[in-house]
Amino acid sequence: MAFESLTDKLSLIFKKLRGKAKITESNIEEMLKEIRIALLEADVNFKVVKSFLENVKQKAIGQDVLGKIDPSQLIVKIVHDEIIDLLGGNDCELNIKRKPSIIMFVGLQGTGKTTTAAKLAYHLKNKLKKKVLLVAGDVYRPAAIDQLGQLAKSIGVEMFTMGTNVSPVEISLKAQQKAIDENYDVMIIDTAGRLSIDEQLMEELTLIKKAVNPDEVLFLVDAASGQDTYNTANIFNEKVGLTGYIMSKFDGDARGGSALSIRYLTHLPIKFVGVGEKVADLDVFHPDRMADRILGMGDVVTLVEKAQEQIDEKEAKKTMNKMMNGTFNLDDMLHQMKQVTKLGSLGGLLRLIPGMPKITPEQQEYAEKEMRSFEIVINSMTKEERQHPEILKFSRKQRICLGSGRTMQDINKVLKKYEQSKQMMEQMAKMKKNGGGFPGGGFPGGGFPGAGGFPGGFPGR
Amino acid sequence: MGLISFLKSKFAKKKDEKYNQGLEKSRSAFSKKLNELGKKYKKVNEDYFSDLEEILIEADVGVNVTLQTVDELLEKAKKNKISEVDELNEMLIDILFANYTENAELPTEIIFDENYPTVVLIVGVNGVGKTTSIAKLANRYKNQGKKVLLVAGDTFRAGATEQLALWGQRLSMDVIVGKENSDPSSVVYDGVAKAVKEKYDLVLVDTAGRLQNKNNLMAELEKIKRVIGKLVPNGPQDTFLILDATTGQNGVVQAKAFNEVTKITGVVITKMDGTSKGGIILAIKNELNIPVRFIGLGEKMDDLEVFDLEKYLYGLCVGE
Repeated sequence: MAFESLTDKLSLIFKKLRGKAKITESNIEEMLKEIRIALLEADVNFKVVKSFLENVKQKAIGQDVLGKIDPSQLIVKIVHDEIIDLLGGNDCELNIKRKPSIIMFVGLQGTGKTTTAAKLAYHLKNKLKKKVLLVAGDVYRPAAIDQLGQLAKSIGVEMFTMGTNVSPVEISLKAQQKAIDENYDVMIIDTAGRLSIDEQLMEELTLIKKAVNPDEVLFLVDAASGQDTYNTANIFNEKVGLTGYIMSKFDGDARGGSALSIRYLTHLPIKFVGVGEKVADLDVFHPDRMADRILGMGDVVTLVEKAQEQIDEKEAKKTMNKMMNGTFNLDDMLHQMKQVTKLGSLGGLLRLIPGMPKITPEQQEYAEKEMRSFEIVINSMTKEERQHPEILKFSRKQRICLGSGRTMQDINKVLKKYEQSKQMMEQMAKMKKNGGGFPGGGFPGGGFPGAGGFPGGFPGR
Repeated sequence: MGLISFLKSKFAKKKDEKYNQGLEKSRSAFSKKLNELGKKYKKVNEDYFSDLEEILIEADVGVNVTLQTVDELLEKAKKNKISEVDELNEMLIDILFANYTENAELPTEIIFDENYPTVVLIVGVNGVGKTTSIAKLANRYKNQGKKVLLVAGDTFRAGATEQLALWGQRLSMDVIVGKENSDPSSVVYDGVAKAVKEKYDLVLVDTAGRLQNKNNLMAELEKIKRVIGKLVPNGPQDTFLILDATTGQNGVVQAKAFNEVTKITGVVITKMDGTSKGGIILAIKNELNIPVRFIGLGEKMDDLEVFDLEKYLYGLCVGE
C-alpha cells in the first residue's frame, strides 16, 4: 500500500503530540518539520509541501490550538482536511455519455498505459456493462500490440489493430468508424509512451486528439515517480490538453506523492488508481477515503463496496442460515474463507478496517499460507468428514495426513479453528435470537477477520 | 584547483557530443537554477541554503542526501570562511563527488569471466525498461565482438517474451524463450546450458518485475540463481538493477528490496534523455553503496553509455 510509510510517520508524529499536555509554537514547528520530511520522502512535490505546511500552520494557529489541552485531534483533523484538499474534490467520474465515447491514454514510457487500458476496459465491461473496443495505437514499442492483444483476449474485449505500419492517427480514425458502425459504447486508445520533450511524438498526440476528439485524455502517472512528474504532466497538459490522471502501480511500496501533487498543482482530477497486477485491480479514486487511509483511519466504505461486488450473496445467505441453526460445518468454513480471499490480499483488506492491527508482509504471507494449508487439508477430507467433523478420529486423520501431505498438527489446527468458529457462531446466533443485532450483522458471511472465519488469527510475531 | 576548474579544463579538451546532447534536457533546469542562485545571492545567507535544499530535493536527490550535503556545505563554508556563492556552488560539486566516490570501487563495463560465460541477471520493477536495456547491453557487447545470448526469464508479463524475441531478431541474436507462465528457472537453465555448451561470452537474463509479492519474487530469483550457479560457478557474475530516471524516492526502496533478494552489483539508469535529473543515483549510492554502471539516453539500440560521474555532476551543476 502506497501510503504506508507516510501513514506510519504521521501516526508517529501524532503519537508524540498526544503525549504532550499542551501545544506550543515550538512543538508545532517540530511537528511541521517532521511532516515535511515524511511528505518529501513520499515524493510529494516540494512546492506542494510548502503550501501544505503553510496551510496547516495557518489553520492550526487560526483555530487557536495553542495552549489547549490535548489538541492533537484538532491537528489530525486539520491535516486530514488539507490532505483531502490536496487530493481534490469528488469529480472523478468518467465522462462517457457520448456514444461511442473515446478515451485516450497518454504518458511516459513504462507508466503502465497498456496494462491499465485493459484494466479500464474490464472495469467498463463488467461494472458498467459497456461494449468496449481497445485500440492498439502503440506502433513503436516492440510487442506492445501483442501485449494488448493478450490482455484483451483474457478479458473478452475486442482489440482493433492495423499493425505497426500505419500511423496512430489513421488507426484511431478507423477504430472510431468501427465503433460507430458496430455500436460500441466506449473505445480506449492505447498510445506509445513518449518523452514530453519529443516534439514529433507530442505532435502525433495532438493530431490523434484533433482527429477523433476524445471525451477523456488521461495521463498515466507511475506512483513511484519523483519530483519531475509535475513538469512532465504540465507539458503534456499544455500540448495535448488532459482531462485527468490515472495513478498506476499504487501497490508495492510506492507512495504516490507525485501523483497527488500534480492533482493539486494542475487541478485535474485523479480518476482511477491501479492497485495490483490483475485486470480487476483498478479502483475508482476517492479523495476522502484516500485521506482517511493516509492517516490510518481505514477505508470501510471501499471494503463494503468490494464485498458487495465480490461476495456471492446466495452463498453468504446460505452460510448465514447454517450459522443460525447451528449446522455450520467444515465446508462452510472453507466457503467463508474463500469469500474473504476473493476480496483481495489479506493485508490490503486489513488496512481498510479502522483499528485493525497492522501486519507485516511476512505475517501476511504466513497467514495467507496458512489459509492455503487449511484449504488443502479440508479438500483431502471426504464429504462426510467435512459435514460431520466430529467423526474425525486418529485413523481418518492419519489418512488425511498422507493425502494432503500435511502434518497431524496442521490437521488439528484446522479442527481447532473450526471449533472456535462454531462456538462464536453459536454465540452470535444466541445474541440474534435474544433480539440484539450482532456486530457486523449486515455483512454477508459475517466472517471477517476477528469474527472467527479466519484461520489461526495472525501470528503474534 | 577545485574540482570544477579541473573538470572545466578537462572538458575543454574532450567533448562527448552524444552524452551531452542526451543529458542536456535533464540537467539544464538544475544548473540554470544553481546559476540563478549565484545571481540572486551576492553573499551567502540562510535563504541561500534553503533555496539550495529545494533545488536538490527537486532533482530527486532525496531528503537524506540533501540534508547531509547542505549541512556539510554549511560547515565547510564556515570553516573556510567562504561567502561567495560561486565558490559555494563549486564546493557543492566537490562534496557530491567525494561522497559518491568515497570507499567505493566504481566499475562500469562488465568484466568477463575467462572460463565460463558471464551471466548477468537483469532485475527491476515493471516499466523501467528492462527489456530495452537488455537489448542495448547486448548490442554494446556484440559490437565489441562478444557472443551474446538473451534469455526471456519474464514469463509473467503479457508480451514480455515477444518483446525480447523481437529485439533478438533485430540484433540477429539468439533468444531463449519458454511458454507463457512457465517456470522461469527452467527457461534460464536451458539458456545457460546452451551458453556453456556453445561457448557464449555473455548471457543476459530478463526477469519478471514483480516486487509486489516479495516472497514469491525472492523464491523465484533464488531459484534462478541456483540454476545458474549449477552451470556456471560464480554465476551470475553480475546482477543489474534497472531504474527509471523519473523514479522518486521509491527508487531507494526498490533498490533495497532487490538487494535483499539478490546482491545488486550495479544500477542501469534508463530514460535519462528526458527532463528528470536522476538524483536517485546519489540517493542509492549514499544509502546502499551501489554504483551506477550505465545510463540509457534514448530508444535506439546504441543509446547506452557507460556512466561517468564527473560528466554527470558537471552537467548537472554547471551546464554547458
